[in-house]
Amino acid sequence: MSAVAPLIEIRDLARTFGGGRTIFGTRKPQLTALRGVSLDLVQGETLGIVGESGCGKSTLARMLVGLERPTSGAIRLDGEDLSSSGTKALARRVQYVFQDPVSSLNPRQTIREILEAPMRHLLGLGRAEREARLKKLVDDVNLRPEFLERYPHEFSGGQAQRIGIARALAAEPDVVVLDEPVSALDVSVQAQVLNLLDRLKRERGLTYVFISHDLAVVESVATRVAVMYFGAVVETAPARKMFQAPLHPYTKLLIDSAPVPNRKRERPAGDTGELPDPYDPPPGCPFAARCPRVEADCREAMPPLDVKDLGEGHRAACIHPLSRQ
Amino acid sequence: MTAAATTPGDATRPQERRRREWPSTFALILNNRLAAAGLGILAVIILAALAAPILPLADPNATDPANRLAPLFSDGHPLGTDALGRDMLSRLIWGTRVSLLVGFSASLIAAFFGSAIGLVAGYAGGRTDQLLMRLIDLMMAFPYILLALAIVAILGPGLINALYAIAIVNVPFFARNIRGITVGLARREFVDAAKLSGKGPLRILWSDILPNVLPTIVITLSTTVGWMILETAGLSFLGLGAQPPQADLGSMLGDGRKVMFTAPTISLVPGLMIFLIVMSINLIGDGIRDALDPRLRSGAMARPSFRTKVARERKVPMDRGSRKPVSAGVSGGGHPPLPAGISPTRREVDRSETPPPRDLPPCGGSKGRARPAARPGARQGRGECLGTDRAAGENGNDPAEAAILDVRDLRTDFHMGSEIYHATGGVDLVIRPGECLGLVGESGSGKSVTAMSIMGLVPSPPGVIAGGRIGFKGEDLAEASDKRIRHLRGGAVSHVFQDPLATLHPLFAVGDQIVEAIRAHQPLSRRDAEAKAQDLLALVRIPNAAQRMKALPHELSGGLRQRVSIAMALANDPELIIADEPTTALDVTVQAEVLRLLDELRRERNTAVLFITHDFGVVSEIADRVAVMYAGRIVETGRTEEILTEPAHPYTRMLIDCVPVMGEPERRLDAVPGRPPAVNRLPSGCAFADRCPRVEADCRSGEIPLEEKRGSLEARCLHPLQPGEALLDEAAKIHHPEVLP
Repeated sequence: MSAVAPLIEIRDLARTFGGGRTIFGTRKPQLTALRGVSLDLVQGETLGIVGESGCGKSTLARMLVGLERPTSGAIRLDGEDLSSSGTKALARRVQYVFQDPVSSLNPRQTIREILEAPMRHLLGLGRAEREARLKKLVDDVNLRPEFLERYPHEFSGGQAQRIGIARALAAEPDVVVLDEPVSALDVSVQAQVLNLLDRLKRERGLTYVFISHDLAVVESVATRVAVMYFGAVVETAPARKMFQAPLHPYTKLLIDSAPVPNRKRERPAGDTGELPDPYDPPPGCPFAARCPRVEADCREAMPPLDVKDLGEGHRAACIHPLSRQ
Repeated sequence: MTAAATTPGDATRPQERRRREWPSTFALILNNRLAAAGLGILAVIILAALAAPILPLADPNATDPANRLAPLFSDGHPLGTDALGRDMLSRLIWGTRVSLLVGFSASLIAAFFGSAIGLVAGYAGGRTDQLLMRLIDLMMAFPYILLALAIVAILGPGLINALYAIAIVNVPFFARNIRGITVGLARREFVDAAKLSGKGPLRILWSDILPNVLPTIVITLSTTVGWMILETAGLSFLGLGAQPPQADLGSMLGDGRKVMFTAPTISLVPGLMIFLIVMSINLIGDGIRDALDPRLRSGAMARPSFRTKVARERKVPMDRGSRKPVSAGVSGGGHPPLPAGISPTRREVDRSETPPPRDLPPCGGSKGRARPAARPGARQGRGECLGTDRAAGENGNDPAEAAILDVRDLRTDFHMGSEIYHATGGVDLVIRPGECLGLVGESGSGKSVTAMSIMGLVPSPPGVIAGGRIGFKGEDLAEASDKRIRHLRGGAVSHVFQDPLATLHPLFAVGDQIVEAIRAHQPLSRRDAEAKAQDLLALVRIPNAAQRMKALPHELSGGLRQRVSIAMALANDPELIIADEPTTALDVTVQAEVLRLLDELRRERNTAVLFITHDFGVVSEIADRVAVMYAGRIVETGRTEEILTEPAHPYTRMLIDCVPVMGEPERRLDAVPGRPPAVNRLPSGCAFADRCPRVEADCRSGEIPLEEKRGSLEARCLHPLQPGEALLDEAAKIHHPEVLP
C-alpha cells in the first residue's frame, strides 16, 4: 500500500476448526473461522480491526501472536515467516493485551511475578536488570511501585488493564495486538486506558493492532481500519476515509448502527443481523442476504478485496459498492 | 506520576476490609461445629497414636495365653485382652498408628500421581488426554476391591503392598477430578498470557495451573482419606494387609471375628476406632470443602429466597397524598446506635411468613449503626424535593396518580460479614405510562440493584430493602404479599436482562417457554397460548415465527434470542418493562434493531420502560428522560436532550465527555480521575467531591438534595454547570493525560 516495507505481512491466512473424521469414519463438521485474510501492517500505525461477533477478528488476533496456528497462509514479520513457529518466536516481537483484564492475570501470582515472567523467559534478564526495568515499566503505566507485591483481585478493572498492558510491554515488543482492550471497562476508565495507550505508542514507537466492535473507539485511535465480516476483510482504508465515505454496504450499516449521543437517526429497518451458517458458507458474498444493494452476480462468487480499489489503500470486496458522496 | 497518587493509608484499606469480610479458611472450618468436633476427635486420636512409644503401654505383641479374653476394665488391661492374651489398649493405639500412617500415605501417593495425570491430561488435551483418560476409565471399570485384591495377589500380601494397592486404586478418582478443573483452567486467558510470557508447558503447569488446582486437590484429599483408611482396614481384615503379629485396625477386626460370639468387645473396640477416625475425617473434609469451595463461600448454594427481604424498620417516606410521614417512618435520630454485638440482620423479617402491621412502631433502634448521622436532614431535603417535583408535574394533576412506577427513597443494603453496603441510598424514580426512563451509571453505581429491588429480585441474603416505598400504580410493592408479587412478576411488570442465553432455559424450545409464561398468568388453553406465542414472535420481527417456536435457545443468534426475551416480556401485556442492559451483549447492528423494536412496541402499547444502560448513545435513541446514578443515588435527572447537551452536574458532563463519539475522532477524551467511593463508607456531603474539578469546601459536608436547576434538570449539586460553561479551564486540561485512581 505504500513505499515502506510492511512490518507484518499477513497473506491468505485461513483457519478452520473441526473437520477430519471420527474413528468410525464419519465426517466431523468443519467450521471456517477465517477465510483468507491478507493485510499489511506498517511500522508506527494503528490498524483498527472492526467487525461483529463471529467475524473472525479474535481468531486473527490470536494467530498474530501464535496462540492459534493458521490452517493455511503466512504471517511474515520483517520478511520472515513465523506463522507456524509458535508463541515463543512471535512473543518477543508481538505481544497481546486481553479483553478481560482480570481473567488474564493469574489470581495466585503477584503482579511482580506476572510482570517478571516475560523478562525472564523471553529476554533472559538477570535479577538486577529486571528490577530496574520493572520500576520503569510500572511507572510508565501509572501504577505505584508497591502494587508489585499485591495480587490481581486487589485491583479495579482499569488498574488491572494497565497491568495487562505492562505485561505486554515487559517483553519490549514492536507490535502490540490489543483485543478489545477497553470494552470490559467502565466508560469513565476507558479514556484513561486509551490515553495511556496513545502515550506509550508515541514514547516507545509501537505499532498497534486494535481490535474492537466499538466503532467510535476505533475511529478515535486508528490510523487505518479493516472491516471484517464472516471471516474475511470486506473493506480497508485510512480511518478518516472509511468513516467519511464507506464503500461496502456492510461498513455503512455498521456506521449507521452505532448509537451516538443526542442524535436520533434514521435507523436501518428490517435487518435480521443474521450471519450465514459457518458450517455451510454460501458461495458468493456472505453479506448478500442482508445487503440492500444485492444483485444476482453477488451470489456467484466471493468478491476479492481489490474488486473496488480507490487508491490510497482504500479497497472493498464489493461488486456494487456505494458511490462516494 | 505526578497525577494524584492515593495516600499509602488509602492503599492498605482494601486489604484490611477484605480480611474482615472474609474470615480465614481455618476460622471458617472452626466455625462449622461438626467440623470442629471432628477436628477435636481426630487430634486426640493422632496425638495418642504419635505418643504410642512413650505412653506406659504393654508390649502389643506379647502373648499371655493364661490371661486370654480378659473382659473390659480388668486389672492391668483397661480394654481387656484378645484371644492370645495381648493387651487390647496397647494393640489399639499401635494399630491406629499403623492404620493412620498407611491411610494417609496411600492418600498422598494417590493424590500425587492422580493429580499429575489429571494435570497433564487436562492441559495437553487431544491424544494425550484421550490415552490417559481411557486408561483411567479402564481402571475404573473394575470394582475397586477386586482391583486391589488383584494388585495384592500380584505383589504378595503385606502392609506396604496393601498401601500400593489402595493408592493405585484411588489414582483414577484424583485424575478425573483434577483433569476436569485443569481443562477449565487451561483455556483461561491467564494461561494464554503465560504462554505469551515465554513459559514452556511444564512451567505453566507448575507455576500457573497447579496453584489454582491446589484447593481442589486438598478438598479431594480431605474427603478421600477416610475412605482409604476403610479400604486399608478391609484388606487387612482379609489378611492381605498387616501380617501377624503386627496390629492394625483391620487385622484386629479380623482376629476378633473368630471370637465374635464369645467376646464381642474384641471386634467392637477396633470397629469403634475405625468409625471414630473415618467419621471425624469426613466431618473435617466436609468442613474444608465448605470453606474452600468458592461457590459455597459466596453463598451461591444457599437456598434462594423468593424475594428480597424487607427490613421491618424500613423507613417509608412521606405519603404523597397526605404529605405526612407514614407511621412506619421514623421521627428522627433519637435512638442510640445499636451495641456492637447486635447484628442488624437479626431484625429483618421474612415477609412471606409474617407481614408486620403497617402502623407498628419501629422496634429496636431504627437508626442502626449503619445509618450515617446525616440521614434525618436528608429526609427533610428530600421532602422539599418531592414538593418541587409535584409542582413540576407536567399535566397539572398530581403526577403520582398518573405514574406507573413511583419509587421514593429506595434504600437497598447488602450485609456482607460485618459491613453494610448501601447499594442504593435513597433513589426516587417516577415513570408514567408509555414513558421510557434511561437509568445511567457506571458499574457499581446501583442501577441494577435499583431495578432488581422493584420486584424483590435482589437475593437475600445479603440484600435487604432497608427503606423506601416502591409505588406501583398506588400500591407499595414492599408491602405486597408474596402472592401479589408472583402475580405481578412477568405479568404487569416484566424484565429483559442482558444475557438472553442465561435467562432462557437451555433445554426447552423458546415457544414452550413463552407459552409457559402466558399460561402462568392467563387462563388460556395450550393451543390458544401457542397461537399467542407465535403472534408475539412475529411481533418482535422474528422471521419464520412458526418454525422458530420449536428452536432451542442455542440455535438462535444473539439478536434473535434477545427478541425472544422481549416477546416473553410482552407476553402478558405488561404495564412496565424493566430492561437491564438489554443490548449490551449484542452487536451494534443487532443493537440498533432491538432498540428500534423496543421503542416502537412501547409507543404502540403505551408501556412504561425502565431502561438501564451505561451508554449515552443508547440512551439518546430510546429514553425520554434520563436519571444518572452515582454511588447509589441519583445525581441528575431530566429530559434526555437537555441532559446530553447541557448537563448541570459535573459528573454527568464528565461521563459524557470521556466517551469517544462517532464522527468526532479529534475530540479529546477526558478521563474521570479517581474511583467512586465504596458504598459502605460514603463520605459526608457529595459522593463525587473527591473526583470533581469544581469541588469547594461546602461540597464535603451536609446532605445535598436533588434540586431543580434549569429546564427539566434536577441535580444533586451545589455548584452546577451553567449552559455553555466548560468543566475545566483550558489551562487545567493540559495536565491529566491519564489520571491515576
